[in-house]
Amino acid sequence: MTQQPYIGKPINRLDGLDKVTGKAKYAAEFDTPDLLHGYVVNSTIAKGKIKKINTQDALSLPGVVKVFTHENRPKLAWFDINYKDQDAPPGSPFRPLRDAKIRYDAQPIALVIAETFEVARYAASLITVEYEQVAHLSDLEANRHKARKASSGMATLLKPPPPKPKGNFEEAFNAAPHQVTAEYVHGMEHHNPMEMFATTVVFEKGRGKSGGKYTVYDKTQGVTNSILYAAQVFDIPFKNIRVVSPYVGGGFGSGLRPQYQLFMAMLAAQNLKRSVKVVLTRQQMFSFGHRPATIQTVALGASAEGDMTALYHSAVSETSQFEDYTEVVVNYGGMLYPPENVTLDHQLVPLDVSTPLDMRAPGGVTGMSALECAVDELAFKAGIDPVEFRLQNYTDRDPLADLPYSSKELRECFRQGAERFGWLKRNPEPRSMRDGHQLVGGGMATGIWEANQMPARAEAALLVNGKLRVSSATADIGTGTYTIMTQIAADTLGMSLDDVTFKLGDTDMPAAPIQGGSWTAATVGTAVKTVCEGLAKKLFKLARKMPDSPFASALFDEVVFADKMIQLKKDSLMAVSLQSVVDSNGGAAVRHTSTGFPNILKQRKYTRSAHSAVFAEVTVDEDLGTVRVTRIVSAIAGGRILNPKTARSQILGGMVWGIGKALEEESVMDHQFGRIMNHNLAEYHVAVNADVQALDVIFVEEHDDIVNPLGVKGLGEIGLVGVPAAIANAVFHATGKRIRNLPITLDKLL
Amino acid sequence: MNSFAYTRADGVTHAVAERADESTAAFIAGGTNLIDLMKENVARPTRLIDINRLPLTTITDTENGGLRLGALVTNADTAYDDKVAKNYPLLAEAILAGASAQLRNMATDGGNLMQRTRCYYFYDLATPCNKREPGSGCSAINGYNRIHAILGTGSPTGDVQCIATHPSDMCVALAALEATVQVTGPDGDRTIPFAEFHRLPGDTPQIDNTLEAGELITAIDLPANGFSKNYAYLKLRDRASYAFALVSVAAALEMEGETIVDARIALGGVAHKPWRRPEVEAMLHGKSASNDVFQTVADAMLDGAQGYGHNTFKLELAKRAIVRALAQAAKLN
Repeated sequence: MTQQPYIGKPINRLDGLDKVTGKAKYAAEFDTPDLLHGYVVNSTIAKGKIKKINTQDALSLPGVVKVFTHENRPKLAWFDINYKDQDAPPGSPFRPLRDAKIRYDAQPIALVIAETFEVARYAASLITVEYEQVAHLSDLEANRHKARKASSGMATLLKPPPPKPKGNFEEAFNAAPHQVTAEYVHGMEHHNPMEMFATTVVFEKGRGKSGGKYTVYDKTQGVTNSILYAAQVFDIPFKNIRVVSPYVGGGFGSGLRPQYQLFMAMLAAQNLKRSVKVVLTRQQMFSFGHRPATIQTVALGASAEGDMTALYHSAVSETSQFEDYTEVVVNYGGMLYPPENVTLDHQLVPLDVSTPLDMRAPGGVTGMSALECAVDELAFKAGIDPVEFRLQNYTDRDPLADLPYSSKELRECFRQGAERFGWLKRNPEPRSMRDGHQLVGGGMATGIWEANQMPARAEAALLVNGKLRVSSATADIGTGTYTIMTQIAADTLGMSLDDVTFKLGDTDMPAAPIQGGSWTAATVGTAVKTVCEGLAKKLFKLARKMPDSPFASALFDEVVFADKMIQLKKDSLMAVSLQSVVDSNGGAAVRHTSTGFPNILKQRKYTRSAHSAVFAEVTVDEDLGTVRVTRIVSAIAGGRILNPKTARSQILGGMVWGIGKALEEESVMDHQFGRIMNHNLAEYHVAVNADVQALDVIFVEEHDDIVNPLGVKGLGEIGLVGVPAAIANAVFHATGKRIRNLPITLDKLL
Repeated sequence: MNSFAYTRADGVTHAVAERADESTAAFIAGGTNLIDLMKENVARPTRLIDINRLPLTTITDTENGGLRLGALVTNADTAYDDKVAKNYPLLAEAILAGASAQLRNMATDGGNLMQRTRCYYFYDLATPCNKREPGSGCSAINGYNRIHAILGTGSPTGDVQCIATHPSDMCVALAALEATVQVTGPDGDRTIPFAEFHRLPGDTPQIDNTLEAGELITAIDLPANGFSKNYAYLKLRDRASYAFALVSVAAALEMEGETIVDARIALGGVAHKPWRRPEVEAMLHGKSASNDVFQTVADAMLDGAQGYGHNTFKLELAKRAIVRALAQAAKLN
């Protein structure tokens, strides 16, 4: 069968039933006899050092086994390189319990190990710490004059710094009849997936010096990343450690680096030779990586006719004092718009905070939230409809890299999105539409995100029962990896979904990269397709060797895999069942392992991106400033859509996030203490059901045989990128006010 | 969270006696706030006295034509009770504006009165807080005070000690309706007018209310007049649900034709207790409903208000909210 019956169909999430019935087990839910429980103590100052840490009261509590601090921490790896992970920015990674130094507020400083969680938590409350405090820096605005270039390293490969200026921005800007200059600000944000970070280490005593075996159930977006970290930091041979993470209750980037509960659980398990579980609290979810607070300046110039001639975009964002976290914030304008005169700049201000960390659409949503508001402002000044303005300034090539796009159906996104939204019914005049006390507004914005692909390995096995099992050590952070990989495998080998199982999240499986950057569908999807094609060849070879094989003189190209059979294309009755092929393999499964590589030679000639056009409608109370998002239409050009149902869910999630990011979300730092004060989900606001009204997703047809063999672009980030700007532009249209400081809370509109 | 003992009380007398024996014990009903406070190590009771089996779970008629809400009736059951919904829609709306469906199913009416402030600093042991640790200082005054008080923050010594707010929505409606709180304790039963139940921080911000040691709320009595014709509960917050009020207004009017004959205005989110000014409400008596009149009243309600930076917007927001709520109650638009 040459058509593909599953790819492109809205298949229900295969792990859905397990998840809603509680059968799916998460890192904190694994159990073992004699399990010890850890509870982490965090610093209450932002900078200084620990003079004294009093653990005696905690230790004297019945059930407390040990308290680990910097004073009694066992000797661990010395070099920074051992603590580097696959998403580590340039710098010196934070090492828990390394020394007495406090580098940021809520830094983990002690681990209490007890026989029960409750005793560990109580004992932690009895620990008192005497600090020698020194003045801290936590305010980006107050320290922006300290901004400097970021240092570069491995991470820079995927996050290129802004290119050199082209043309002469100042001259072009000064000459431009239409100009916009504005500053855009947003504070820190924390990922806050529903599942708290947790690690359960099951320890089995070993003989001799090997020190025993560790099975590590970890909340992570990449088991390979966790095993490398744990093995290197704790000097454990790879054969003695296995990391397992079958389900992840949301990641959004927070699991792209090993978090400190992994370090803590491994430390205790290795030292005590016991199984240990460490689960962070919601409050502790605010004690590590975050989207960095960023201040941006955008200046745009256009000709009298509305042709963009000058583009300036600069960003200043925070990082920690020990690592230079960067993201791509300012490059997108240069990729999307045609000005010949472009200056882009991104600098960092080191503060006494934890290192920022990729958070859904890192950099992209930051930069586009500013840029697309400025473009809206420029269109308004030029007296051109915002959609028309973008079409007028449309480019089929990426002017920044001077490369064509591998595909770019953004024009079609504008067209279909505008039509679905009813864009033309909008009165372009700001503050012109109302419904009682509610001012009504419509706004739109463009989104863009890279369509990347990494190398990944996978294994396919036709089991003795005739079923197919495919595996790769990737993750499913709720995105639908299990489902789409099963679809790809089933289609490649002509099997039904019921006969195919996809396994992931286990370092015993072939390695895959961390699940981030919207690249998993492309990366692991290609690996799965490749390995299944390899297995097909193997099966065909076996089939040819079978007694009375109908394929004795056939070539691989002359057969198809369909209905659990290998069939001759020209005569489907000439067929061998997959079951009989595996039966002929001497009682063993037929296995194949291979790597799916990106075709870099082909890809490098193009810029590869997903695009979106987002249309939002808001109401704003004219007296009270309350904003409601009444409708969002998001038209996505994301390449081939493997599963419209899980794909739509991804985009919906991005849109909901966009509502929160535009209107609600911010980790608020009290600079008196350098401490985030709204560190719980009652006060750290994300959108709730009542904030979400009509959401409409359109997938625009887009063919792309350059991005990867499947033609997919990934959807993890693109659903979010354009949403906050579309909402902010709608708020302008409703009220006539430009709010450039996110989130747009009601006080800013009074 | 500390280790604690647990007792299940089998009657009101038993509960009060257990509490009298152990001053560091705490009653627990729905636990929707107390458990949070215990997990944050802010509340450290040595014993929890579970009162959930006490016979305080019904809503009954009172002799003077009002309603008695048993202290253990859940917030959800109260809001959806036929008589409450019909005769006290202001109360029902206020309750449903609060928390989430799940919390309202657990939270009790007595517990709603007893919930503590949501001040960030009160919940965070790493920061000074006069309410949690008297004398340690108030971090909010010079800190992040978006949700904090703008009224009634004065203290006899002159220095502001605490700018926490009471977070309840239900209590704002109860203040407007002039409910009374029935309590019992080691010294017997007594009735506390709602306006006297919660208190201003003064120089003892650690004390939220006027309950005596060991006293237990048994019921909340609603007077006969529920202002069911002309009322509004307006809650302004940072998202559409599951957020505490930045400002809320319970407005209740008694009208004869266009003329206002009685008026109640209570504000939430602006003070250590639901904020009322009966002398300002009296300004409405005999007046015809109009936005101009309401604006005058709104200005007077906010007289003496003070902002602390992040919350200064509340001064204007509260006025606009009062005007809007009164206009809604008077059905002006």
